[in-house]
Amino acid sequence: MEEGMNPYPIGPIQIFSIIFSIFLLALIVYLIRKKKVREEYAIIWIAIFFMFLVLSVFRGLIDKFSSLLGIQYQPAALFLILFACLFLLIFHFSIVISDMKKKINALAMTVSILEERGTKRE
Amino acid sequence: MKLLILIPAYNEEETIADVIQETQKSFPDADICVVNDGSDDRTGAILKENSDIISLHLPFNMGIGGALWTGFNYFCQKDYEFLLRLDSDGQHPPSEAAKLLEPLIRGEADLVIGSRFINREGYLSSQLRRGGIRLLNLLTTIIMKNQITDNTSGFRAYSRKAVCLLTEDYPFDYPEPIEVYLLNRNGLHIKEIPIKMTDRKGGVSSINLLRTYYYFIKVLLTILVNFWNGGRNESLSDRSHSDL
Repeated sequence: MEEGMNPYPIGPIQIFSIIFSIFLLALIVYLIRKKKVREEYAIIWIAIFFMFLVLSVFRGLIDKFSSLLGIQYQPAALFLILFACLFLLIFHFSIVISDMKKKINALAMTVSILEERGTKRE
Repeated sequence: MKLLILIPAYNEEETIADVIQETQKSFPDADICVVNDGSDDRTGAILKENSDIISLHLPFNMGIGGALWTGFNYFCQKDYEFLLRLDSDGQHPPSEAAKLLEPLIRGEADLVIGSRFINREGYLSSQLRRGGIRLLNLLTTIIMKNQITDNTSGFRAYSRKAVCLLTEDYPFDYPEPIEVYLLNRNGLHIKEIPIKMTDRKGGVSSINLLRTYYYFIKVLLTILVNFWNGGRNESLSDRSHSDL
């Protein structure tokens, strides 16, 4: 990269991340259409992948974001965003799992009582 | 008096048959309900051989709280008046259990707890666990403002009102102190009476040494969460009152 030129020349990494983001977006849309992922869980993924795409197309955004937060080393800003997204996702999964566990327990309880009633009737 | 005796069992093949027999001898008129909490051993088979008792088989291990909750739900679906909880390892002698029922029948309490620590007789648990129990008691006394000497005792008898209230939002993890707290908050009466427990006759405690610490932290968290959630259970009590 020479001085005086466009500060954000299109490099191989940028092309790679744009293609990869598009691939991920396409994948999640495909999975929703195939009913492999429920829409309610896919929304958060779509939001994250879309953000990746925006960040890879407009590389200046990362620089602006890092200077806004006073981060000297720009890749650190990227990691920060990534970590924040991942935390949100994992947190979301914890909520979903807890809810499922509650429902599974209720099912197990009901099954055991119904089974007992069935055997007593035979 | 329609009494249901609830015995949660997890891998208790060595003791469960004796416990059932002893219980039947002490309470010939009561229904006995054993919740098989997804045992891997012959517990389930032993229960299925015994057609005199009600046996609820959970498809997987839910833990003591889940097993109790299942039994409580069964109780509420039928027209029982009182519930007596016994352990499946023989720690709770049925001969002592009659004492727990007396205050319930007289209508003096909705929950009667058998305490090891009032008269300090019989089995008192290991020193480490006693320390943990004492610390928890101190905390529950401060946070929950109760004066129970043996919060971890599972040797308990409940009125119908108490059982049906607890099924609404049962504390799955470490239910005993939370039960006291929930019932207290909803204005139900709790009484503690001295009993003697015996050491377990077989099997292993569900709480080994390493897990004791984990258990303690989990309990602490549960107590705090339930303390913050306190207001929510008030509405539950209103609903239960109208059901009865």
